[in-house]
Parts: sequence; structure tokens; C-alpha cells
Amino acid sequence: MGVTPKLGNLGVVTSTLEEAINWARTGATWPLLFGLACCAIEYMSTQASNYDLSRFGMELNRASPRQADLMIVAGRVTRKMAPVVRQLYDQMSDPKWVISMGDCASCGGVYNNYAVVQGVDEIIPVDVYVAGCPPRPEQLMHGILTLHEKIRGERIADWAS
Amino acid sequence: MADLVISDTMKQWEGSLMELKGLVSERAFTGETMLLNMGPHHPSTHGVLRLLLELDGEEIVNCLPDIGFLHTGIEKNIESKSYEKAVTLTDRMDYLSPMSNNMVFCMAIEKLVDLDVPPRAQAIRVICLELSRIASHLVWLGTQAMDLGAMSVFLYCFREREKILDMFEMLSGQRMMGSYFRPGGVWRDLRPEFLPALEAFLEDFPRRVDDYEALLTNNPIWVDRTQGVGIIDPDQALAWGLSGAALRGSGVNWDIRKAMPYSGYDQYEFDVPLGEHGDVFDRFMCRVQEMRQSHRIIRQAVDKLPDGPFRSENRKYVPPPRSELGTSMEAVIHHFKLWTEGFSAPDEEVYVAIESPRGEIGCYLHGTGGNKPRRVHFKTPSFMHIQAIPVLAKDHMIADLIAIIGSVDIVLGDCDR
Repeated sequence: MGVTPKLGNLGVVTSTLEEAINWARTGATWPLLFGLACCAIEYMSTQASNYDLSRFGMELNRASPRQADLMIVAGRVTRKMAPVVRQLYDQMSDPKWVISMGDCASCGGVYNNYAVVQGVDEIIPVDVYVAGCPPRPEQLMHGILTLHEKIRGERIADWAS
Repeated sequence: MADLVISDTMKQWEGSLMELKGLVSERAFTGETMLLNMGPHHPSTHGVLRLLLELDGEEIVNCLPDIGFLHTGIEKNIESKSYEKAVTLTDRMDYLSPMSNNMVFCMAIEKLVDLDVPPRAQAIRVICLELSRIASHLVWLGTQAMDLGAMSVFLYCFREREKILDMFEMLSGQRMMGSYFRPGGVWRDLRPEFLPALEAFLEDFPRRVDDYEALLTNNPIWVDRTQGVGIIDPDQALAWGLSGAALRGSGVNWDIRKAMPYSGYDQYEFDVPLGEHGDVFDRFMCRVQEMRQSHRIIRQAVDKLPDGPFRSENRKYVPPPRSELGTSMEAVIHHFKLWTEGFSAPDEEVYVAIESPRGEIGCYLHGTGGNKPRRVHFKTPSFMHIQAIPVLAKDHMIADLIAIIGSVDIVLGDCDR
């Protein structure tokens, strides 16, 4: 957790600001309520009773991008949808992260054709890619935990720049 | 590729109001009514549907659906795939019931090349189709209830759905997109662990449907939000091309499983639930009753599941099992030919339709005489249902629109393909 109790001095913990903030951020990464295609159904399964995303502090999906920290691009991004995805990303307030869920969002998947953007990273920066068509809920949770690792490694110096 | 022309597309959005002339009423141009964009990012549109609403206060004067945000070019992609490979793409159209898409595409191929399907394969298909009907209705019930404010129904529905997905995983190795149906039958026989899991599910399920009904059917909030909302009479429903529970909610007795039986549906006893008023509540009741009927069909199919091959033995179309490859030269040739080139289909056209959880899904298939189709077109229920939303929503409040969108059960992947 990054928080270490100081021995012999009850009730006081010491930590660095970086670690405390990153710890708080990993515990409440609110995702944007946003689904595109098949992966959104698996994302819903991950949210629901069996897999229970609230264990990671993510049960609260925000429908407004202004209140969301994490965008899970779940599904194929088509050329008609691309501007919308970009606009949603732009509307999210910092700090913000993106998980590209599934093959279609990561690289176009099986659709190498006129209609599908060949990977959502052509339009927005992606932090974690999750493979699968669609990925199992376990795979998505692994992606989320990978993102947590990334968040824990962030430095204050980088935020300032 | 990297600099996708986003800014230009954004500019198009700002377009002039005059483009809407004739589509919205004259009052919109004077500012008397308000134009409101709903979607494509909206939690209650069940996918990426955009509705342009013209509102008089909270009342909907006009509703213009804008589709295509999930247009994937699946039909075009299939033209460059051999028949068996293309089955994988059909999974991803109506992603709530991939098996129905597999089924209609495989049936079209089977009709085109005149391929037999053994009785055991037909029975396995019926079991899978009805399971996916239940799975699809569970997602519909969960999301519709959540849209109208009942969160716990969603959690209950997904608990049962997980059990069905586990069974699909036993069969095909994948939870959702199994591509389990293949031309001439199914990919492999039932796994030994499948039938016990199915028994446990069948044992449990009627009680679960009672639970959902206890939460909703007599719930005064639910009844207030759904009864008398989004009424469509039988003639209108037929005229707008509705099918499935959206049509039967208006009292039209049309179920392709009864009207044009396929895959041995005529051997099973089941009722077609019908509504009376054609409102959101009747469509809800139809789907809940359909889940009970699906349970009944699966029960019968399991009880008289025939023995025999799970896939056609016609080696011109169906690859031989691995065990034959070591002993038969002919099997090696068939194996090589089918997995490199695929089989050829005549230069003819066929159309087949089946009853998917949403309604009539049809497949038009035109062969070339070679190993790839010339043209594939899917007639999908969601497309028809979306065109009826403006009719259903007219003169309703904006909150009722949410109930109406849910009640016609649309999947945008199914509509846009």
C-alpha cells in the first residue's frame, strides 16, 4: 500500500506524498460508462455479481466524462464513432487513463476493412491493452491491475510537466 | 492513418440547422421547440445509437434515429472469406446471441449446397439456441430494469447468465463468440461435463424467473413506467416490420419456430406468449414468458437427445475427424482441400430466416460457383425495431423514451453490422 507504520509511535503513519496519492487513485478509479460493442457486454459481466468490480473501487460508472478517470474502450471503434471517442476523451479531466479492451480496440481485430479504425491508439493514447475477442472478465481485471501498477509508479515531477 | 481527420469530421457536426428541413417541424427553426442530441454516448441507448429529438418541453415532437456508429463492414468482409471461415464473423453481429447468427448463416449455406444436418446436431443446436435466447433475454431484462431504476434485477440476471456462458465455454471453448455451429452440424460433440451443468441450470432456472417476476411484475413503479407506454397496434407493428417479442406484444401470433419450423422445432411442445395492448409492459411479459418456454423446449430436447453423429458425414463439405487422417489417404485429401480452399457453392441465391431472441433474422446468400460468396446480406430485427422507435415515442415524455428503447430490445451491432 505504500504506507508504513512508524514503530513506537501509535496512530501515526509516514509515507511520501506520491505514494499516498497514488494509493488513493488506485483505490477509486471511476470508469466512464461507455460501451461500444461485444466487449461492453463482457465489461458488464465484470461489473455484475460474479466478478464484482467494486472490489477495485470501480463500481461507480460515471455517465459524464467530466467525472470519470478511466476510459475503457470496449469494442470496435468505427470511423463514424472515432470523433465521438476522441471528444469524450478530451472532456475527461486529468488525471485520466485509457484501457483498450479487446482486439478490435487494440488493433482492429478481425476487421481489417474500410469501416473500422485499426486500433483506438490512432486517436487517443492508451495505457493498457487487453487482448481477447472478447476478453474474459478475468483478463479485463488483469488489465485493471496492470493499470494500478502503472499508476503506483507515477511521479509528481511528471505531473508538473 | 495516424492523423485521422477528426477536426474535419467535427466541423461537419456543427452543420447548419437548415439541413434538418423537412425532418423536424417548422417550430424548431423559430426556437419554439428544442433540438436535443441523445447519444451516441448515452447509457440507455443499448449501444451507440444517436437520436436527434425535437422537444416541446419534455414531450417528444420528433425523433430522428441516426445509425451506423457501429458499422463494421461484416457483410463485405464475408465476401472475401471461404464459407466456413465466415461463420466466425457472424458471431459478432448480434453479440447478445451469437448462436442465432451462426445458425442463420449455417442454414443458408446448408440450403445453398444442400447439406444434411444429423438429428443429434439439430437437437444440440436447439438446446444452444434456446440457451442463448435465455441469455439474451437476461441481458435485456437486466439493462431495461436498470434503465428504469431497478439496479438489483441486473445483478440477479447476470448471475444466471454467467451459468449459461460457462456452459457455452464447455461446448466451444469461448464464453461468447464460440462459432460453435458449423455448416452441417456443430463443431464438436457435447462435452461430458455439459449435460450435468445443464441439468443443474434447468433445475434452478424456473425459480429464478419467479424471482425476477416478484421484483418487477407487480412493482407499482415498474407498472407505472411501462403500462400504457409506447403502444403500437398490430397493423402498425406489421407495417413497420417489427418481429419477435416486439410484434407478439401487440398480439400478432408470428413466431418463425412455429410458422416455418427449422432444426426440428416442430417436434417440441411450446406456447407462443402473446400480449394484448402492445405496450412496454406486454413486451416485457412476452419475453419473461418466452424464457419459461425456452426452458420447456430445452427440457424436451435434453430428454430425447438422439445419438449419432454431431456433424454431417458428407466429406465434400465437412472435414474428416483427426483420427481418420492417419489411416485414410482420401481423408487427408479432403482435410487439405477443405482447410486450404474450402468448399464451393453453386451460383444461386437463397434466403433463410429464423427466430432470434430479438425477432426475425434472415440471411440472403448468393454463391459464385467458387469457394466464396458473391453477396451476403443479413436482415436483422434491430434495424427494423429502430425505425419504429419514432412511431412508438411520438408524444411521449423523454423518460418514456428510455423505456421504449429498452422494450424493443435493440442491439446496435445487429443493426449496423
